[in-house]
Amino acid sequence: MKKKTGICSKIYIALMMFFLYVPIAVLIFFSFNEGKTTVWKGFSLKWYEELFKDDNIMNALGNTLIIAILASLFATILGTAAAIGINNFKGKKRLVIQNVSNIPIISPDIVLGVSLMLLFTAVGVMFNFEMGFITVLLSHICFCVPFVVLNVMPRIKRMDQSVYDAALDLGCNQWQAFTKVVIHELMPGIFSGLLMSFTYSLDDFIITYFTRGTKFQNLSIEIYSMTHRRISPKINALSALLFLAVLIIMIAINLHDRHDEKQSLQKT
Amino acid sequence: MKSRKPSIPYIIWMVIFTMIPIVMIGFTAFTDSQGNFSLEAFSKAFFYTDVFIHSLWIALLSTAICLLLAYPLAYLITRMKKSSQNTVIMLLMIPMWMNFLLRIYAWVTLLQDNGPIDLALSLLGIHGTYIGNSAAVVLGMVYEYLPFMVLPIYTVMSKIDYSLIEAAQDLGSNNLAVFGKVVAPLSVPGIISGVTMVFVPSASTFLVAQYLGGTDDIMIGDVIDKIFWTDQNTGSAISLILMVFIFVFLIIMNLFGDEEAIA
Repeated sequence: MKKKTGICSKIYIALMMFFLYVPIAVLIFFSFNEGKTTVWKGFSLKWYEELFKDDNIMNALGNTLIIAILASLFATILGTAAAIGINNFKGKKRLVIQNVSNIPIISPDIVLGVSLMLLFTAVGVMFNFEMGFITVLLSHICFCVPFVVLNVMPRIKRMDQSVYDAALDLGCNQWQAFTKVVIHELMPGIFSGLLMSFTYSLDDFIITYFTRGTKFQNLSIEIYSMTHRRISPKINALSALLFLAVLIIMIAINLHDRHDEKQSLQKT
Repeated sequence: MKSRKPSIPYIIWMVIFTMIPIVMIGFTAFTDSQGNFSLEAFSKAFFYTDVFIHSLWIALLSTAICLLLAYPLAYLITRMKKSSQNTVIMLLMIPMWMNFLLRIYAWVTLLQDNGPIDLALSLLGIHGTYIGNSAAVVLGMVYEYLPFMVLPIYTVMSKIDYSLIEAAQDLGSNNLAVFGKVVAPLSVPGIISGVTMVFVPSASTFLVAQYLGGTDDIMIGDVIDKIFWTDQNTGSAISLILMVFIFVFLIIMNLFGDEEAIA
């Protein structure tokens, strides 16, 4: 078990990466194609031009980002508070609460989607409103909160309770003890909960599809309506840009982590 | 920090957005369109038994292939230098951040008639259709969910205490024995969460089959999608059956995990 990788294992890892990236590379390649099909007709940026002229897509992109930001922020607040409270339940009650909390992430997306649709339709009939932005936002919060709870909970368990007591002894009120001390201890869990929520919200198609009503469009829905049983080169251009954005974000996070690691190494 | 109060908003939230919708699914499944008690929806749901079995089969196959591909990959990653490990994990996660539909669409582009694969193989004199069959659906599923299998297995494997491995070596185990007797048994929890994370979405997703499969490849998720807009009762009945099935599957997986942990 020496930390050494043989040539065979390098080839295997490379093959897996090839499998993961070839489809994306092909999309990016054809985004520069002059022609509409997958036959190369010459280099062109016209699909990018058309993409930026497409108000529907730009609008959908905006909606996706707004929903992801609002849903993940709201879910983080609700979920962090919930985790702190749930931690003080004991035995059966706690087990029940935790299991119910996990239902949205263990049940299939499609079931969550149709069940929320039933709820919103029924409430909609009673109070005369239509599904749209608000119902999509509520649904996204539904599947985000459990991730926050799951990420924050272990941090609370590991936290030294005396830190909180010390803050109280030193004259903090409960709220100050929370904002000045506790929250810092929980931060890594809160942050990964936030990040997971944001990611899942960005990627979601199924739940949005069932709770969006008739008018609300986000990126997934827009991609769905553009690609369903036909090929659209604008989508290739969109894929290329999204890939670039993801790549930049990931590299930034990675560099940031390395920077932190170095700093913590220097400290010790 | 000793108070239960902060969880009250979330408990109310769960009642409204988790409990009530599930009760509504159950209620809708056991009534007819007039709201009277009826088992009609379930008898209609039984028309789709074949689709249900087909979906489970596709999901099982996809999960098995994912495990077969992911397990060696996860193991090999843990044997790399720490900095290379982080890079490979990042590379695994980047495709997950691309939209779910774009990842399937990429395979539509690759596999379609006169697409890159078709053209390349025609040059070699091989002609065929690569899209519109069950194999393409499984391929799409594997591509979609492979990282969900690699990541939990990798996480568990990378946490294995290195001194255990050294102890095994000191006691005379060769690399194969170290793997078989130490690494493999300790990685079982990772396998279980990987299998769960791949099987549940691949059994219940929709659209993958619509994009990549033929007309016979329709899956249970596609059926729910098609039916729900016109017949909520039958749609709810199928959803309820699917949910019960998934929960039974999860309970079995959990039992299996616990036994392994004790043994």
